[in-house]
Amino acid sequence: AEAAELRARLRSVRHTVLVLSGKGGVGKSTFSALLAHGLAADETKQVALLDIDICGPSIPKMMGLEGEQVHQSGSGWSPVYVEENLGVMSVGFLLSSPDDAVIWRGPKKNGLIKQFLRDVDWGEVDYLIVDTPPGTSDEHLSIVQYLSATHIDGAVIVTTPQEVSLQDVRKEINFCRKVKLPIIGVVENMSGFVCPKCKNESQIFPPTTGGAEKMCQNLNVSLLGKVPLDPQIGKSCDSGQSFLAEAPQSPATLSYRNIIQRIQEYCEHHHFQEEKIM
Amino acid sequence: TLAERTNLAGVRHILLVLSGKGGVGKSTISTELALALRSAGKRVGILDVDLCGPSIPRMLRVQDSAVHQCDSGWVPVFVGQDKAIALMSIGFLLERPDDAVVWRGPKKNALIKQFVTDVAWGDLDFLIVDTPPGTSDEHISTVEALRPHQLLGAVLVTTPQ
Repeated sequence: AEAAELRARLRSVRHTVLVLSGKGGVGKSTFSALLAHGLAADETKQVALLDIDICGPSIPKMMGLEGEQVHQSGSGWSPVYVEENLGVMSVGFLLSSPDDAVIWRGPKKNGLIKQFLRDVDWGEVDYLIVDTPPGTSDEHLSIVQYLSATHIDGAVIVTTPQEVSLQDVRKEINFCRKVKLPIIGVVENMSGFVCPKCKNESQIFPPTTGGAEKMCQNLNVSLLGKVPLDPQIGKSCDSGQSFLAEAPQSPATLSYRNIIQRIQEYCEHHHFQEEKIM
Repeated sequence: TLAERTNLAGVRHILLVLSGKGGVGKSTISTELALALRSAGKRVGILDVDLCGPSIPRMLRVQDSAVHQCDSGWVPVFVGQDKAIALMSIGFLLERPDDAVVWRGPKKNALIKQFVTDVAWGDLDFLIVDTPPGTSDEHISTVEALRPHQLLGAVLVTTPQ
Protein backbone atom coordinates (compact mmCIF):
# COMPACT_ATOMS: atom_id res chain seq x y z
CA ALA A 1 0.00 0.00 0.00
CA GLU A 2 2.92 2.27 0.80
CA ALA A 3 4.53 1.54 -2.54
CA ALA A 4 1.20 2.34 -4.22
CA GLU A 5 1.06 5.68 -2.39
CA LEU A 6 4.56 6.59 -3.57
CA ARG A 7 3.81 5.44 -7.08
CA ALA A 8 0.70 7.62 -7.20
CA ARG A 9 2.55 10.67 -5.94
CA LEU A 10 5.48 10.23 -8.29
CA ARG A 11 3.45 9.31 -11.34
CA SER A 12 3.56 12.91 -12.52
CA VAL A 13 7.38 12.97 -12.56
CA ARG A 14 8.86 12.40 -16.03
CA HIS A 15 12.59 12.19 -15.30
CA THR A 16 14.50 11.59 -12.08
CA VAL A 17 18.22 12.19 -11.69
CA LEU A 18 20.18 11.37 -8.53
CA VAL A 19 23.34 13.35 -7.79
CA LEU A 20 25.74 11.17 -5.83
CA SER A 21 29.35 11.04 -4.78
CA GLY A 22 30.69 8.87 -2.03
CA LYS A 23 33.12 11.67 -1.20
CA GLY A 24 32.04 14.77 0.66
CA GLY A 25 32.71 18.33 -0.41
CA VAL A 26 33.23 17.62 -4.12
CA GLY A 27 30.32 19.76 -5.30
CA LYS A 28 27.22 17.59 -5.33
CA SER A 29 24.91 20.29 -3.97
CA THR A 30 26.53 22.96 -6.11
CA PHE A 31 26.02 20.78 -9.15
CA SER A 32 22.43 19.85 -8.19
CA ALA A 33 21.54 23.52 -7.76
CA LEU A 34 23.07 24.48 -11.11
CA LEU A 35 21.49 21.51 -12.88
CA ALA A 36 18.14 22.67 -11.52
CA HIS A 37 18.74 26.27 -12.65
CA GLY A 38 20.02 25.10 -16.02
CA LEU A 39 17.01 22.89 -16.70
CA ALA A 40 14.56 25.53 -15.41
CA ALA A 41 15.95 28.10 -17.86
CA ASP A 42 13.50 26.50 -20.28
CA GLU A 43 10.29 27.99 -18.93
CA THR A 44 8.24 25.22 -20.46
CA LYS A 45 9.90 22.68 -18.14
CA GLN A 46 8.84 22.12 -14.54
CA VAL A 47 11.83 21.31 -12.31
CA ALA A 48 11.91 19.94 -8.76
CA LEU A 49 14.97 19.84 -6.51
CA LEU A 50 14.85 17.50 -3.52
CA ASP A 51 17.64 17.76 -0.93
CA ILE A 52 17.88 14.55 1.11
CA ASP A 53 21.07 15.54 2.94
CA ILE A 54 19.48 15.59 6.35
CA CYS A 55 22.60 16.36 8.43
CA GLY A 56 24.05 19.01 6.15
CA PRO A 57 21.34 20.46 3.87
CA SER A 58 23.11 22.97 1.62
CA ILE A 59 20.41 23.51 -0.99
CA PRO A 60 18.33 26.18 0.84
CA LYS A 61 21.33 28.49 1.15
CA MET A 62 22.53 27.81 -2.40
CA MET A 63 19.11 28.58 -3.84
CA GLY A 64 18.70 31.77 -1.78
CA LEU A 65 15.88 30.22 0.23
CA GLU A 66 17.26 30.30 3.78
CA GLY A 67 14.61 31.07 6.32
CA GLU A 68 11.75 29.82 4.15
CA GLN A 69 9.22 27.52 5.77
CA VAL A 70 7.23 24.68 4.32
CA HIS A 71 3.47 25.14 4.04
CA GLN A 72 0.88 22.43 4.19
CA SER A 73 -2.12 22.35 1.95
CA GLY A 74 -4.93 19.90 1.32
CA SER A 75 -2.83 18.16 -1.29
CA GLY A 76 0.30 17.82 0.88
CA TRP A 77 3.46 19.80 1.58
CA SER A 78 4.17 22.64 -0.81
CA PRO A 79 7.69 22.91 -2.18
CA VAL A 80 9.36 26.30 -1.86
CA TYR A 81 9.50 27.96 -5.27
CA VAL A 82 12.58 29.81 -6.49
CA GLU A 83 10.98 30.42 -9.86
CA GLU A 84 7.51 29.52 -11.03
CA ASN A 85 8.92 26.41 -12.63
CA LEU A 86 11.54 25.51 -10.00
CA GLY A 87 10.43 24.07 -6.66
CA VAL A 88 12.69 22.98 -3.80
CA MET A 89 12.30 20.74 -0.74
CA SER A 90 14.87 20.23 2.02
CA VAL A 91 15.00 19.41 5.73
CA GLY A 92 16.60 22.84 5.99
CA PHE A 93 13.12 24.35 5.64
CA LEU A 94 11.88 22.35 8.63
CA LEU A 95 14.51 23.64 11.07
CA SER A 96 13.75 26.56 13.38
CA SER A 97 17.33 27.78 13.07
CA PRO A 98 19.96 27.03 10.38
CA ASP A 99 22.41 26.04 13.13
CA ASP A 100 20.12 23.36 14.57
CA ALA A 101 21.89 20.03 14.29
CA VAL A 102 19.79 17.14 13.04
CA ILE A 103 21.33 14.28 14.98
CA TRP A 104 19.27 11.36 13.78
CA ARG A 105 20.03 7.71 13.34
CA GLY A 106 19.28 5.98 10.08
CA PRO A 107 15.66 4.89 10.62
CA LYS A 108 14.50 8.41 11.44
CA LYS A 109 16.29 9.81 8.39
CA ASN A 110 14.64 7.17 6.22
CA GLY A 111 11.26 8.18 7.60
CA LEU A 112 11.73 11.80 6.58
CA ILE A 113 12.94 10.87 3.12
CA LYS A 114 9.86 8.72 2.62
CA GLN A 115 7.71 11.61 3.82
CA PHE A 116 9.34 13.97 1.35
CA LEU A 117 8.49 11.61 -1.48
CA ARG A 118 5.02 10.75 -0.26
CA ASP A 119 3.72 14.06 1.08
CA VAL A 120 5.28 16.77 -1.08
CA ASP A 121 2.89 17.96 -3.75
CA TRP A 122 5.30 18.46 -6.63
CA GLY A 123 2.58 18.53 -9.28
CA GLU A 124 3.56 17.76 -12.87
CA VAL A 125 7.35 17.62 -12.99
CA ASP A 126 9.62 17.20 -16.01
CA TYR A 127 12.81 16.77 -13.96
CA LEU A 128 13.17 15.69 -10.33
CA ILE A 129 16.75 16.19 -9.17
CA VAL A 130 17.74 14.54 -5.90
CA ASP A 131 20.78 15.88 -4.05
CA THR A 132 22.29 13.34 -1.64
CA PRO A 133 24.75 13.42 1.27
CA PRO A 134 28.18 11.81 0.90
CA GLY A 135 28.50 8.08 1.52
CA THR A 136 26.69 4.86 0.68
CA SER A 137 24.32 4.45 3.58
CA ASP A 138 20.75 4.79 4.77
CA GLU A 139 19.84 7.80 2.67
CA HIS A 140 21.16 6.22 -0.51
CA LEU A 141 19.61 2.82 0.04
CA SER A 142 16.31 4.41 0.98
CA ILE A 143 16.07 6.80 -1.94
CA VAL A 144 16.80 4.03 -4.42
CA GLN A 145 14.30 1.77 -2.69
CA TYR A 146 11.52 4.37 -2.48
CA LEU A 147 12.08 5.66 -6.00
CA SER A 148 11.78 2.15 -7.40
CA ALA A 149 8.07 2.97 -7.13
CA THR A 150 8.69 5.30 -10.03
CA HIS A 151 11.62 5.23 -12.36
CA ILE A 152 15.10 6.71 -11.98
CA ASP A 153 16.71 7.77 -15.25
CA GLY A 154 20.10 7.50 -13.63
CA ALA A 155 22.79 8.90 -11.39
CA VAL A 156 25.29 11.66 -11.98
CA ILE A 157 28.39 11.03 -9.89
CA VAL A 158 30.54 13.98 -8.85
CA THR A 159 34.22 13.80 -7.99
CA THR A 160 37.39 15.89 -7.80
CA PRO A 161 40.61 14.83 -9.55
CA GLN A 162 42.59 13.43 -6.62
CA GLU A 163 42.88 9.76 -5.73
CA VAL A 164 41.50 10.31 -2.22
CA SER A 165 38.21 11.32 -3.88
CA LEU A 166 38.31 8.75 -6.65
CA GLN A 167 38.71 5.89 -4.21
CA ASP A 168 35.39 6.82 -2.60
CA VAL A 169 33.78 7.44 -5.97
CA ARG A 170 34.70 3.97 -7.25
CA LYS A 171 32.75 2.63 -4.27
CA GLU A 172 29.80 4.77 -5.26
CA ILE A 173 29.97 3.41 -8.81
CA ASN A 174 29.94 -0.09 -7.37
CA PHE A 175 26.99 0.85 -5.19
CA CYS A 176 25.09 1.97 -8.28
CA ARG A 177 25.86 -1.31 -10.02
CA LYS A 178 24.86 -3.29 -6.93
CA VAL A 179 21.43 -1.61 -6.77
CA LYS A 180 21.07 -1.57 -10.56
CA LEU A 181 21.01 2.20 -10.78
CA PRO A 182 22.08 3.35 -14.27
CA ILE A 183 25.00 5.77 -14.29
CA ILE A 184 24.46 8.74 -16.57
CA GLY A 185 28.09 9.70 -16.05
CA VAL A 186 30.76 11.32 -13.91
CA VAL A 187 31.51 15.02 -13.43
CA GLU A 188 35.04 16.03 -12.44
CA ASN A 189 34.82 19.22 -10.38
CA MET A 190 37.64 21.49 -9.22
CA SER A 191 39.51 20.36 -12.30
CA GLY A 192 42.23 22.95 -12.65
CA PHE A 193 42.29 26.67 -11.93
CA VAL A 194 42.90 29.39 -14.49
CA CYS A 195 44.27 32.54 -12.93
CA PRO A 196 42.14 35.51 -14.02
CA LYS A 197 45.26 37.73 -13.99
CA CYS A 198 48.02 35.72 -15.70
CA LYS A 199 45.79 33.13 -17.35
CA ASN A 200 48.12 30.32 -16.23
CA GLU A 201 46.47 27.05 -15.33
CA SER A 202 47.31 25.32 -12.03
CA GLN A 203 46.25 21.91 -10.84
CA ILE A 204 45.08 22.66 -7.32
CA PHE A 205 44.02 19.02 -6.86
CA PRO A 206 46.47 17.16 -9.09
CA PRO A 207 45.07 14.00 -10.70
CA THR A 208 47.88 11.83 -9.35
CA THR A 209 46.24 8.63 -10.61
CA GLY A 210 44.81 9.95 -13.87
CA GLY A 211 41.78 11.74 -12.49
CA ALA A 212 38.20 11.00 -13.39
CA GLU A 213 39.16 10.41 -17.00
CA LYS A 214 41.28 7.35 -16.22
CA MET A 215 38.76 6.06 -13.68
CA CYS A 216 35.93 6.35 -16.20
CA GLN A 217 37.97 4.50 -18.81
CA ASN A 218 38.78 1.73 -16.34
CA LEU A 219 35.21 1.36 -15.12
CA ASN A 220 33.51 1.89 -18.48
CA VAL A 221 31.51 4.91 -17.33
CA SER A 222 30.86 8.11 -19.24
CA LEU A 223 32.84 11.24 -18.29
CA LEU A 224 30.25 13.99 -18.69
CA GLY A 225 32.77 16.79 -18.31
CA LYS A 226 35.37 18.60 -16.24
CA VAL A 227 34.60 21.83 -14.40
CA PRO A 228 37.46 24.15 -13.44
CA LEU A 229 37.68 25.97 -10.11
CA ASP A 230 36.28 29.47 -10.10
CA PRO A 231 36.14 31.48 -6.87
CA GLN A 232 32.87 32.97 -8.09
CA ILE A 233 31.21 29.57 -7.71
CA GLY A 234 31.68 29.52 -3.94
CA LYS A 235 30.57 33.15 -3.71
CA SER A 236 27.40 32.52 -5.71
CA CYS A 237 26.57 29.50 -3.56
CA ASP A 238 27.07 31.49 -0.37
CA SER A 239 24.83 34.28 -1.63
CA GLY A 240 22.17 31.97 -3.00
CA GLN A 241 22.51 33.08 -6.61
CA SER A 242 22.85 31.02 -9.76
CA PHE A 243 26.53 30.99 -10.76
CA LEU A 244 25.46 30.38 -14.38
CA ALA A 245 23.56 33.68 -14.31
CA GLU A 246 26.21 35.62 -12.36
CA ALA A 247 29.23 34.51 -14.44
CA PRO A 248 27.95 33.58 -17.91
CA GLN A 249 31.42 33.95 -19.46
CA SER A 250 33.29 31.75 -17.01
CA PRO A 251 34.90 28.58 -18.43
CA ALA A 252 33.19 26.78 -15.54
CA THR A 253 29.80 27.99 -16.79
CA LEU A 254 30.56 26.66 -20.25
CA SER A 255 31.49 23.27 -18.76
CA TYR A 256 28.38 23.13 -16.59
CA ARG A 257 26.15 24.02 -19.53
CA ASN A 258 27.67 21.29 -21.71
CA ILE A 259 27.25 18.74 -18.93
CA ILE A 260 23.65 19.78 -18.31
CA GLN A 261 22.89 19.41 -21.99
CA ARG A 262 24.37 15.92 -22.05
CA ILE A 263 22.22 14.94 -19.08
CA GLN A 264 19.13 16.31 -20.77
CA GLU A 265 19.93 14.39 -23.94
CA TYR A 266 20.45 11.19 -21.94
CA CYS A 267 17.08 11.58 -20.22
CA GLU A 268 15.19 12.43 -23.41
CA HIS A 269 16.80 9.59 -25.36
CA HIS A 270 16.18 7.14 -22.52
CA HIS A 271 12.53 8.15 -22.38
CA PHE A 272 12.22 7.79 -26.11
CA GLN A 273 13.72 4.29 -25.96
CA GLU A 274 11.30 3.33 -23.18
CA GLU A 275 8.37 4.57 -25.19
CA LYS A 276 9.57 2.60 -28.18
CA ILE A 277 9.68 -0.55 -26.08
CA MET A 278 6.21 0.08 -24.72
CA THR B 1 33.55 -5.41 30.38
CA LEU B 2 37.08 -6.33 31.34
CA ALA B 3 38.21 -6.35 27.71
CA GLU B 4 36.87 -2.80 27.16
CA ARG B 5 38.72 -1.53 30.19
CA THR B 6 41.89 -3.22 29.05
CA ASN B 7 41.94 -2.03 25.44
CA LEU B 8 41.39 1.68 26.04
CA ALA B 9 42.75 1.78 29.59
CA GLY B 10 46.24 2.63 28.36
CA VAL B 11 45.08 5.56 26.22
CA ARG B 12 45.70 8.92 27.92
CA HIS B 13 43.82 11.31 25.64
CA ILE B 14 41.14 10.69 23.02
CA LEU B 15 40.62 13.41 20.44
CA LEU B 16 37.77 13.49 17.93
CA VAL B 17 38.22 15.26 14.58
CA LEU B 18 34.81 16.40 13.38
CA SER B 19 33.24 18.69 10.84
CA GLY B 20 29.68 18.26 9.73
CA LYS B 21 30.74 19.23 6.23
CA GLY B 22 32.45 16.74 3.95
CA GLY B 23 35.66 17.35 2.07
CA VAL B 24 37.08 20.05 4.35
CA GLY B 25 40.15 18.08 5.38
CA LYS B 26 39.23 16.02 8.45
CA SER B 27 41.23 12.97 7.40
CA THR B 28 44.10 15.14 6.20
CA ILE B 29 44.20 17.02 9.51
CA SER B 30 43.87 13.79 11.52
CA THR B 31 46.84 12.34 9.66
CA GLU B 32 48.98 15.48 10.01
CA LEU B 33 48.06 15.82 13.68
CA ALA B 34 49.12 12.22 14.31
CA LEU B 35 52.39 12.68 12.46
CA ALA B 36 53.14 15.96 14.29
CA LEU B 37 52.39 14.46 17.70
CA ARG B 38 54.59 11.47 16.85
CA SER B 39 57.36 13.88 15.82
CA ALA B 40 57.04 15.46 19.24
CA GLY B 41 57.75 12.09 20.78
CA LYS B 42 54.19 11.09 21.73
CA ARG B 43 52.69 7.60 21.39
CA VAL B 44 49.86 7.99 18.89
CA GLY B 45 47.01 5.95 17.47
CA ILE B 46 44.40 6.75 14.78
CA LEU B 47 40.93 5.28 14.63
CA ASP B 48 39.23 5.83 11.26
CA VAL B 49 35.47 5.44 11.76
CA ASP B 50 34.51 6.64 8.29
CA LEU B 51 32.95 3.39 7.19
CA CYS B 52 31.78 4.54 3.75
CA GLY B 53 34.87 6.51 2.77
CA PRO B 54 37.93 5.47 4.81
CA SER B 55 40.74 7.74 3.62
CA ILE B 56 43.43 7.29 6.27
CA PRO B 57 45.06 4.07 5.01
CA ARG B 58 45.90 5.62 1.63
CA MET B 59 47.16 8.81 3.28
CA LEU B 60 49.64 6.72 5.25
CA ARG B 61 50.43 4.39 2.35
CA VAL B 62 49.05 1.26 3.96
CA GLN B 63 45.97 0.76 1.81
CA ASP B 64 46.98 -2.81 1.00
CA SER B 65 47.51 -3.91 4.59
CA ALA B 66 45.54 -6.61 6.34
CA VAL B 67 44.75 -6.79 10.03
CA HIS B 68 45.20 -9.65 12.45
CA GLN B 69 43.71 -10.66 15.73
CA CYS B 70 45.55 -11.35 18.95
CA ASP B 71 44.22 -12.46 22.34
CA SER B 72 43.04 -8.97 23.30
CA GLY B 73 41.46 -8.16 19.94
CA TRP B 74 42.43 -6.54 16.63
CA VAL B 75 46.07 -5.64 16.19
CA PRO B 76 46.39 -2.17 14.65
CA VAL B 77 48.55 -1.56 11.60
CA PHE B 78 51.71 0.36 12.47
CA VAL B 79 52.46 3.29 10.19
CA GLY B 80 54.65 6.34 9.85
CA GLN B 81 58.38 6.62 9.33
CA ASP B 82 59.24 4.65 12.44
CA LYS B 83 56.18 2.44 12.17
CA ALA B 84 55.11 3.68 15.59
CA ILE B 85 51.65 5.12 14.87
CA ALA B 86 48.89 2.59 15.46
CA LEU B 87 46.09 2.72 12.87
CA MET B 88 42.77 0.94 12.64
CA SER B 89 40.37 1.55 9.78
CA ILE B 90 37.57 -0.35 8.15
CA GLY B 91 39.60 0.09 4.99
CA PHE B 92 41.68 -2.84 6.23
CA LEU B 93 38.70 -5.14 6.46
CA LEU B 94 37.54 -4.72 2.88
CA GLU B 95 38.36 -7.55 0.52
CA ARG B 96 38.67 -5.17 -2.38
CA PRO B 97 39.27 -1.42 -1.94
CA ASP B 98 36.51 -0.55 -4.42
CA ASP B 99 33.93 -2.51 -2.46
CA ALA B 100 31.23 -0.17 -1.24
CA VAL B 101 30.26 -0.54 2.40
CA VAL B 102 26.54 -0.16 1.88
CA TRP B 103 25.26 -0.55 5.39
CA ARG B 104 22.37 0.95 7.26
CA GLY B 105 22.87 2.54 10.65
CA PRO B 106 22.47 -0.47 12.98
CA LYS B 107 25.17 -2.46 11.21
CA LYS B 108 27.52 0.54 11.21
CA ASN B 109 26.88 1.03 14.93
CA ALA B 110 27.80 -2.56 15.70
CA LEU B 111 31.10 -2.26 13.85
CA ILE B 112 32.01 1.05 15.46
CA LYS B 113 31.42 -0.39 18.90
CA GLN B 114 33.75 -3.25 17.98
CA PHE B 115 36.37 -0.90 16.67
CA VAL B 116 36.33 1.14 19.82
CA THR B 117 36.43 -1.76 22.26
CA ASP B 118 38.24 -4.54 20.43
CA VAL B 119 41.42 -2.91 19.13
CA ALA B 120 44.51 -3.71 21.19
CA TRP B 121 45.86 -0.14 21.30
CA GLY B 122 48.34 -0.67 24.13
CA ASP B 123 49.69 2.47 25.79
CA LEU B 124 49.04 5.67 23.86
CA ASP B 125 49.34 9.34 24.72
CA PHE B 126 46.83 10.30 22.02
CA LEU B 127 44.16 8.41 20.12
CA ILE B 128 42.87 10.51 17.22
CA VAL B 129 39.45 9.53 15.95
CA ASP B 130 38.71 10.56 12.36
CA THR B 131 35.01 10.76 11.54
CA PRO B 132 32.89 10.96 8.39
CA PRO B 133 30.87 14.09 7.57
CA GLY B 134 27.48 14.56 9.22
CA THR B 135 25.91 14.15 12.64
CA SER B 136 24.45 10.68 12.46
CA ASP B 137 24.93 7.05 13.42
CA GLU B 138 28.74 6.98 13.30
CA HIS B 139 29.01 10.10 15.46
CA ILE B 140 26.40 9.11 18.01
CA SER B 141 27.84 5.59 18.35
CA THR B 142 31.43 6.73 18.56
CA VAL B 143 30.75 9.27 21.29
CA GLU B 144 28.60 6.74 23.18
CA ALA B 145 31.27 4.06 22.99
CA LEU B 146 34.07 6.44 23.99
CA ARG B 147 32.27 8.33 26.76
CA PRO B 148 33.32 5.99 29.63
CA HIS B 149 36.93 6.69 28.69
CA GLN B 150 39.15 9.78 28.67
CA LEU B 151 37.47 11.86 25.97
CA LEU B 152 39.67 14.95 25.67
CA GLY B 153 37.52 16.79 23.20
CA ALA B 154 36.86 17.58 19.58
CA VAL B 155 38.75 19.51 16.93
CA LEU B 156 36.38 20.93 14.32
CA VAL B 157 37.55 21.42 10.75
CA THR B 158 36.02 23.81 8.24
CA THR B 159 36.80 25.78 5.08
CA PRO B 160 36.07 29.51 4.76
CA GLN B 161 32.77 29.48 2.80
